[in-house]
Amino acid sequence: MKKFLIIILFFNLIYTHTYSIEPEVFVQSTVNKASQVLSKSISKEEKMNGLKIIAKETVDITGIGFYSLGSTRKNLDDTQKRIYFDLFENYFLKSFSSRLAEYTNPKIEVQSKKILNKNYTIVNSVLVGTSERPEVKIDWRIYTKKPDNPLIRDLIIEGLSLARTQKEEFASILNSNDGDIKALFKTLENFTKN
Amino acid sequence: MFRKLTITIIYIFLLAFHANAGSDGELVLKKDQPEKIKDCFENLNRATFAFNQGLDKALIKPIAKGYKNLPDPIQKGTSNAARNLSNLITIPNNILQGDIKTAIINTGRLVVNTTAGLLGTIDVANKMGFPKYEKEDYGQTLGVWGVGPGCYLVLPVFGPSTIRDTAGSFVNVMGGDPGYNVSVHGNNEFLGEGVFIASKALSGIDFRSNNLDSFDNLEKNSIDFYASLRSLYLQDRENKIKNNQRGRIQVIYEDEEDWEEIDNK
Repeated sequence: MKKFLIIILFFNLIYTHTYSIEPEVFVQSTVNKASQVLSKSISKEEKMNGLKIIAKETVDITGIGFYSLGSTRKNLDDTQKRIYFDLFENYFLKSFSSRLAEYTNPKIEVQSKKILNKNYTIVNSVLVGTSERPEVKIDWRIYTKKPDNPLIRDLIIEGLSLARTQKEEFASILNSNDGDIKALFKTLENFTKN
Repeated sequence: MFRKLTITIIYIFLLAFHANAGSDGELVLKKDQPEKIKDCFENLNRATFAFNQGLDKALIKPIAKGYKNLPDPIQKGTSNAARNLSNLITIPNNILQGDIKTAIINTGRLVVNTTAGLLGTIDVANKMGFPKYEKEDYGQTLGVWGVGPGCYLVLPVFGPSTIRDTAGSFVNVMGGDPGYNVSVHGNNEFLGEGVFIASKALSGIDFRSNNLDSFDNLEKNSIDFYASLRSLYLQDRENKIKNNQRGRIQVIYEDEEDWEEIDNK
């Protein structure tokens, strides 16, 4: 009986602790994976494909997609939601990987973290400066509701939130087209195709 | 003089009008939360933005690229000198914001860099361990005093702004910039309006050349470049007014409830 209890306790410990990933470790590991892709002598397209795989595993694309839509998300029916998420994922992955693919062998150092609440931790890091570019502060907003599967929800570069910028871009397109979601679909589609 | 006075009165009127607009129920003016800044003149702003982009492609960007090819010491020296000159506006604003300690530090920095640093071309103060320099301007001071940003504006040549920040810029030519006063009204043989304009133009080219890749990258990956720049400009101003080294989370997520709602789905 005693042995049985120990085994139960052991499994419990494994489930509750072993698989939880510290947000700063998660960020450093993600950055290292991206650096490996970027430092390879491969074409830009191949680099972008590598980065897309990393983004799919580490970024909360669905959450960011909902956030980017603002209050419009409440008015979409299920079919529109499905179309939107297909388009958004393609748009996001292209935009994300294309921005990063410009950097060759970037060195990002994780410095500290601030736990905001059980759902969010901000991880502070810097993109180390070179003779070509100055040091850049990058903060990562990590969604930690599932400690075993943390996800990136935003990058805050020198105090500027990419999620907020994207949301305001989407809002601008919707406002310019009387809130017509089809106009946003078309814009996302065009971006992905070009 | 009459023209300047008229312009100033118009801006004060616009500023006052928009500073009070928070009471109309549309704007959120909770403490620590940014206002929803309206793009009241969007059509005009987009037209000005298109003009600025044309000007950038035809003139500013090629000059900035040429500047980027100059030897590093020349670029660094120009950049340092422009930053050093900006102390002339930063120091009075430190005082107006009640930050006397920083005003004293920046005065020391200006004296050291202008003398030992050969007219600011070498940042000796930085090597001596002075604290990191943060630029301040009259737009930021008005923000610190509680004046709302008013509508978003895109100015020809100068780019993104707000009613408040534009009014702040006018303070410079109304006597708030000692550099302008000495150059334009100083009645001396070494400085003139041309020198003042050249120094500002050089400062702009230096900024553009430092951001060639980031602007290209942003433009290429934006679905609405105008809206992207508007968002980035307004976020940056919020951070500067609140002296945030890194964006505070409550400033960045003005609509935190959006995330909460998404999480609860």
